[in-house]
Amino acid sequence: MFNLVPWIVFLPVIGLLLNAAIGRRVGERGAALIAIAASTGAFVVSVLQFLALNAHPEGEVVSLGDWINIGVLQVPWAFRVDTLSVTMMLVVSSVGTLIHIYAAGYMHYDVRYKEDTASYARFFVYLNLFIAAMMILVSGDSYLMLFVGWEGVGLCSFLLIGFWYSRNPDGKFGTLNAQAAKKAFIANRVGDFGFLLAMMMIFWAFGSLNFDAVLPQAESVAPWIILFITLAMLLGVTGKSAQLPLYVWLPDAMAGPTPVSALIHAATMVTAGVYLVARSAPLFVAVPAAQTTVAVVGGLTALFAATIAVGQSDIKKVLAYSTVSQLGFMVAAVGMGAFVAGMFHLVTHAFFKALLFLGSGSVILALERAHHPIDGNGAHHAKPEAHAAHFDPQDMRGMGGLRQQIPLTFWVYLVGALALAGLPPLAGFFSKDEILTDALLANPFVYVLLTAAAFLTAFYMGRQVLLVFFGEARSNPAKKAVESPRVVTLPLVALAVLSIFGGLINLPGLHWFTDWLEHTLGHDLAHVTEFSLIVALLSTLLALGAIYLAWTLYGRQPLKADQTDPLKARLGALFVGMENKWWVDELYAWLIIQPYQRLAAFLANVVDWKFWHDWVHDSLIVNSFQWLARFLANPVDLGVIDGIANGLAATTTGLARGLSFFQTGFVRNYALVTFLGVVLMLGYLVFSS
Amino acid sequence: MDFILQPLNLVTFFPLLGVLALLFLKERKDLARWVALGASLITFGISLWVLSLFDSNNAELQLVVNRDWIQVAGWNIKYALGIDGLSVLLVLLTTFLAPVSILSTWNAVEDRVRDFMLFFLLLEVGMIGVFLAQDLFLFYIFWEFTLVPMYFLIGIWGGSQRMYAAIKFFLYTMAGSILMLLAILWLGINQGTFYVPDLVALGGIPGDVQYWLFLAFAAAFAIKVPMWPLHSWLPDAHVQAPTAGSVILAGVLLKMGTYGFLRFNLPMFPQAAVQLAPAMATLAVIGIIYGAIVSFSQKDVKKLVAYSSISHLGFVMLGLFALNAQGIEGAILQMVNHGISTGALFLIVGFIYERRHTRDLEEFGGLWQVMPVYAAITLIVSLSSMGLPGLNGFVGEFTILLGAWGAGQAGGSLGSIWYTVIAAFGVILAAVYILYMFQAMFLGPVTKKANEKLKDLSWRELAIIIPLLVLIFWIGLYPKPFFDLIHPTVEQFLTIFQNSTAALP
Amino acid sequence: MVPVSYYFALSAILFTLGALGVLIRRNAIIIFMSVELMLNAANLLFVAFARSYEALNGQIYVFFVIAVAAAEVAVGLALIVAIFRSKQSIDIDEISSLKG
Repeated sequence: MFNLVPWIVFLPVIGLLLNAAIGRRVGERGAALIAIAASTGAFVVSVLQFLALNAHPEGEVVSLGDWINIGVLQVPWAFRVDTLSVTMMLVVSSVGTLIHIYAAGYMHYDVRYKEDTASYARFFVYLNLFIAAMMILVSGDSYLMLFVGWEGVGLCSFLLIGFWYSRNPDGKFGTLNAQAAKKAFIANRVGDFGFLLAMMMIFWAFGSLNFDAVLPQAESVAPWIILFITLAMLLGVTGKSAQLPLYVWLPDAMAGPTPVSALIHAATMVTAGVYLVARSAPLFVAVPAAQTTVAVVGGLTALFAATIAVGQSDIKKVLAYSTVSQLGFMVAAVGMGAFVAGMFHLVTHAFFKALLFLGSGSVILALERAHHPIDGNGAHHAKPEAHAAHFDPQDMRGMGGLRQQIPLTFWVYLVGALALAGLPPLAGFFSKDEILTDALLANPFVYVLLTAAAFLTAFYMGRQVLLVFFGEARSNPAKKAVESPRVVTLPLVALAVLSIFGGLINLPGLHWFTDWLEHTLGHDLAHVTEFSLIVALLSTLLALGAIYLAWTLYGRQPLKADQTDPLKARLGALFVGMENKWWVDELYAWLIIQPYQRLAAFLANVVDWKFWHDWVHDSLIVNSFQWLARFLANPVDLGVIDGIANGLAATTTGLARGLSFFQTGFVRNYALVTFLGVVLMLGYLVFSS
Repeated sequence: MDFILQPLNLVTFFPLLGVLALLFLKERKDLARWVALGASLITFGISLWVLSLFDSNNAELQLVVNRDWIQVAGWNIKYALGIDGLSVLLVLLTTFLAPVSILSTWNAVEDRVRDFMLFFLLLEVGMIGVFLAQDLFLFYIFWEFTLVPMYFLIGIWGGSQRMYAAIKFFLYTMAGSILMLLAILWLGINQGTFYVPDLVALGGIPGDVQYWLFLAFAAAFAIKVPMWPLHSWLPDAHVQAPTAGSVILAGVLLKMGTYGFLRFNLPMFPQAAVQLAPAMATLAVIGIIYGAIVSFSQKDVKKLVAYSSISHLGFVMLGLFALNAQGIEGAILQMVNHGISTGALFLIVGFIYERRHTRDLEEFGGLWQVMPVYAAITLIVSLSSMGLPGLNGFVGEFTILLGAWGAGQAGGSLGSIWYTVIAAFGVILAAVYILYMFQAMFLGPVTKKANEKLKDLSWRELAIIIPLLVLIFWIGLYPKPFFDLIHPTVEQFLTIFQNSTAALP
Repeated sequence: MVPVSYYFALSAILFTLGALGVLIRRNAIIIFMSVELMLNAANLLFVAFARSYEALNGQIYVFFVIAVAAAEVAVGLALIVAIFRSKQSIDIDEISSLKG
């Protein structure tokens, strides 16, 4: 059974190769089916691993072959099946498959709105590539193989954010999508730099990169080395899991099609950092200083991003910052040593955040289709003037009252929002509550940060639901919005069910998930958190209060078209800051990007070219050589050497001129001379004797 | 006849047969191309035969050809060829890239085709000879010999400033070689032999003399690599050279420099090597960062790739002077990787240049829409160049960094891990310039009218680039066969190296 | 039996004619024919002496000379044709590139 595990990678790879080769010829349905089949296959294999693991909870390492072997450096292609990796496999493949199905419907419309139907198959190639890379990440048996997946998902993220590479996020032609993609890749690379350093330190400290050789030895290595490793790893985590200070790429990543935002930038890829910390748990536990740092980074990110989410008006941007914030929860949890709670939240968050993103996609699609309808064959019904009038289908200020037009989407969205807000008995309540309980015990400061973030979370989700689904329609498309087709809504319903019942996997008292992870993490690290009624009550009350607050602002008097946000009047400058994301992007541009560009231009144009290439080489060296040459040529050569040489030369020329008289150039003359010579010699020979 | 049929003689001089055949051809372009392609392909075949004869478990020089050559006035000059783990991959790289480059000139070179091919094959002889020669004198002849055909390739078929670039290339490299020649003569006279294995075994050169000899050799090699700050000839030569010239220049000629360090500097002057390792590593690291930053600000694609070479070869140098197994094996593999990836990048630039007759980044944009296959291939090659795991660049870069880190720890040759930290930072900068290039060329909307109707790659162009892609994936996913070729020799190399440094105080 | 001196005289006359032809005529082909004349004068003498001394060496030499002469004519004519191509003339006075 365990031997099947490489197929979680092979199947998506086969799917992507098939689609790359024949995707355009088999039509949309064929391409989607291939991709969905590949993803479903990976899911089936994951379930088989899960079943096998129930019988043999200790798991197994399945080796496929050598990769890099140099002396002591031995890194094989090996897959690791244990409870931790199988948890990730199941999340990735189940959410992934649902999103594949959703995308089959969603992209049908998207490629038509972007007028590029040929890209349909391309989308599924990337999607399968992502599943493959993510599976390598979660199942790799060494840090290096994890890194392969780590960078691989980064590449997929780059490709998918820039999927509509010729456009801006609003659908017009431009380069903003491409820039967002580049930004994501580079921010991730900064994190990867940390990961690289961590790996090198690990190798020279432990003599190996395989988990089995490293993790049990954590106690035997000097603490400062472990501290270095964990902090460098933290840099990697901040890149991949969008924590302070590298989180800036994630909101921009919303430029990708909505299924991508759901799959990669909410449910799976961004949680890789959390997985990494959980996987390296023994290292982090070995140095409390690193743990505290990780927890504080997570807590600060959770609160910071939540404040920004409050001020956003783009439906996906709210969710994006919410994702950053929730990732902060998870990172804080694993940082505090609450590995089970962190992983638990990772799982439930995957369900409800995917649901919210896909729901927002359904909303966007409903508005887009109302704005300019297209039939199944891709022909536009819309009149040209409808095209001309620009309409941003993601702007919540242009929505309102959608619960009547698209009831199904509304209900599932509500489930997702409440789960995120952390109301019992939905999934988010249990996982978040476990984190908060652990935080109270481990680090009160982080507990305060997280509780504040939880309050804001409930508030901005309340605000979003009220703005989108309640009140009056604030634009024409919002009045005529149409419910999405079944292929889009079915995955939503499935995810809604998971969001409702997902909390059951680690119900207080049963703690089935804790026992499950204990097989991998060991008893010390996978401790059972006692349910704390006070914490639960407080957070529930806070959430309810936040929702009530949102209702007083946005529900009692629904927003009118072109009305400014009522929160702005209350908060003033604070809201402007939230709206503008605290100017962090601008700060980075001013602090890093522009100086780098100027430095590069200076080095390239002035130092390397004008100074080194043109001046030193072409002027200094060449001129001094020419000066030397002229000096040698004129005074030295002409005066001294030529004086001698010229005398000789003059003699020679004179001689030559005289002799050239005989040189007529006619062969006959030469022959005559030869002949006469012969006659003379003969005569001499004959007559002398 | 036996002598001629020695495998190494054959592989070195077979292209000369092609040259001979070309001499009898008049200006018949197609025939000249086919003859050259045939000759280079057969040479590649012979090199595969050499590979099959090569015993990868044997660390010694193999298939040795060793004859007395010039034995006058006490000079003991031999005609000696040999192959071992240090050179086998580079020979294969050379014979592999030669037909690829020739194929790339099919439409690009239209005038004096025969002469072009003639010089090209001569160049191939020189390059293979450099990697196989085991006698310093013979090595020097091959080394200098490569200059001449390259000079003409740049000077006749180059861009608008070809003469300037060709002369600069020639003079710059000459200047370094002269110093090397002096050092070679010193060795030959004082040690009584030019045969490299003998010289290594003999040792016994006093420390301060080693120091100067090391520097004299390094002058020639560092210019060729090129190491910062001796890189000024490179952008000119690359920008002006025809595509095939750039491919060979980046793919093989630069490797002659790094190979020289590995083959001559380290084993012959071990003490000086240890002494100078931090200095060389410093230059290497500066090159990594400097090349990456300067690349980012280029407007000309070819120039961008040229500067990126400085950065990549900085990694190779860093690996060599780590003086441990990971570093050196990574460096050798990275030489091959750079040959493949940067060679492919130059080919890619050539493809678009043939269509648009410009290399200005601002002239492109949105090409993905127009040329999807081309874009996909460029993406893969770019990712390989920036070291994405699973592709070839990563395996080399990672092992080099790992080796350098090890050398930075106590007892290593570098003495500080900062070299590695800064070099690893270059990985970020690599992503910056590569993505900048990719975005400028392929992403965004199509803005220029001239780009709207470009044709995607032809079958011939695909045939050129696909073998390179196969290698990119192969080395990335399963580099074991390549490391197996290198490993025994490097192992032995390091043992000898450590003994000789330990013996001297 | 004709005495050898007769052959000798005939040969001398032929040779002188040939030598004068080479020196005086300007047409390259005529010059060539004159050269042939001189060669054949020598041949005649070879044969005559061979006969008179009753040794075959002389006759063998003649064969050599005839063979060499044939080769020389082939090369020479090819040269003349080449010269005619480039100069449109076979007048050897026009060919004075050797003039310094």
